[in-house]
Amino acid sequence: MLEYNSIAVLVEAATEQNITISELVLNDQAEQTETSREDLITHMRDNLHVMQDAVKEGSVQNLKSTSGLTGGDAYKMREYSKTGGLCGSFFGNSLARALAVSEYNAAMGKIVASPTAGSCGILPGTVLSLMEERSLPEDRAVMALFTAGAFGMVIATKASISGAQGGCQAECGSASAMAAAAMVEMAGGSPEMCAHACAIAIKNQLGLVCDPIAGLVEVPCVKRNAGGVACAFTAAELALAGIKSVIPVDEVIDAMREVGDSMPCALKETAMGGLAATPTGIRLKQEIFGE
Amino acid sequence: MQIFDIIGPVMIGPSSSHTAGACRLGRVARKILADRPIKARIGLCGSFAQTYRGHGTDKALIAGILDMHTYDSRLRNALTLAGDEGLEYEFYLTTIPGAHPNTAIIELTGESGSTCHITGASIGGGNIIVTNINGMDVQFTGQYNTLIVLHKDTPGVIAAVTNAMASSGTNIGNFRLSRPQKGGEAVMTIEVDGDVSDSMIRFLRELKYITGVVLIRAI
Repeated sequence: MLEYNSIAVLVEAATEQNITISELVLNDQAEQTETSREDLITHMRDNLHVMQDAVKEGSVQNLKSTSGLTGGDAYKMREYSKTGGLCGSFFGNSLARALAVSEYNAAMGKIVASPTAGSCGILPGTVLSLMEERSLPEDRAVMALFTAGAFGMVIATKASISGAQGGCQAECGSASAMAAAAMVEMAGGSPEMCAHACAIAIKNQLGLVCDPIAGLVEVPCVKRNAGGVACAFTAAELALAGIKSVIPVDEVIDAMREVGDSMPCALKETAMGGLAATPTGIRLKQEIFGE
Repeated sequence: MQIFDIIGPVMIGPSSSHTAGACRLGRVARKILADRPIKARIGLCGSFAQTYRGHGTDKALIAGILDMHTYDSRLRNALTLAGDEGLEYEFYLTTIPGAHPNTAIIELTGESGSTCHITGASIGGGNIIVTNINGMDVQFTGQYNTLIVLHKDTPGVIAAVTNAMASSGTNIGNFRLSRPQKGGEAVMTIEVDGDVSDSMIRFLRELKYITGVVLIRAI
């Protein structure tokens, strides 16, 4: 049985057995949880469908969160993306999916915390985008979520996936790293490439603070989900090109934990520093909650 | 930890601690009441008190009291549904020195006149910790299947309960007894490995001096 305390161990085991990370993890989870492979796949497929529904529901023009701070940007992004934008409609639509799920979460919609509610737009923005825009079979996306989950488990074990503990690098950073690994597998990359993609994504978000306005999962969280998608694509593309992370992935995760530990409390979901402490951040808080 | 702790849970947003965790606290209170609630009085402390409207914490707590799960889409209309289901509710802001920032105090009255009073906190990622039931100190997180056994403090009651569990092969991971007064109301908090069958719960309820048995399933 796997312990999920090292990505190198996962890569080695998958490479040795000549299977993907997702196959390795599916077999292991079936054994550990005494559940059939079929049931695990069905559960994961259900989660994928929740993500798809959230994209749809979150893309409407008049969506608004309870506080009124966010909503409607996914619609704007989707409309703009029809023009092709700067990077083409594939990328624009990916950003729109991430915004949609994240805004839907803020509006009390049903989402899959992956790994958290605050970072719930990044896997839909990447894995669903590859599946839908590149017409990949749904099963491949479902399996890729097992890879994402496995890498997430290692990050949660070795570092953290909580903003209160490790800053936003632990939430959007982790989601982005999980997404990068999942996309590499979907694109046919090796387990080793998945690990490099994960490492590169974390490295590019190391030190990202958690500073939500009024403590709400809205500003800047929604847009950081879009940023996390961009970062995941960057990492996946580099890894698929054969580019390697100089620092091995497990050491990168250790560094993330250390950075999180040394981050001041004001920048770890307490809404006391960063953007939350700007004049506008403070004003918005007063408007929402009163004096 | 397993894979669906990371790719999951499916939940109504926006916050695992302020929404999903709050809903779970409400559900625990409802389960301990074991009756249709007609009145709820809820005290909010710390961060719950400051941000509950923006996070829908009030809706989530009421949804839990109405027996909804964290993934139930009706959660966002829970305050309206409370009216439809004849549940009167009241929120007030309070402080408990030294308590976790996301603490709620929930007092429920059921239609048959039964009452319950629980204190618990949402400690992140949808996880909760319940610290007090009906004035008795308890401590359970909901990470394991947990049996709450309310009883009258009498010699032999604990043995009767644990013997019944042993004979069905249920392993106890953690056991805690709380008893404010000798011979008075007492509560066992029993965290178990694996599942607890309905027939076991029915059996325990039939035992002498047992006043209530509730199973809080693992999160």
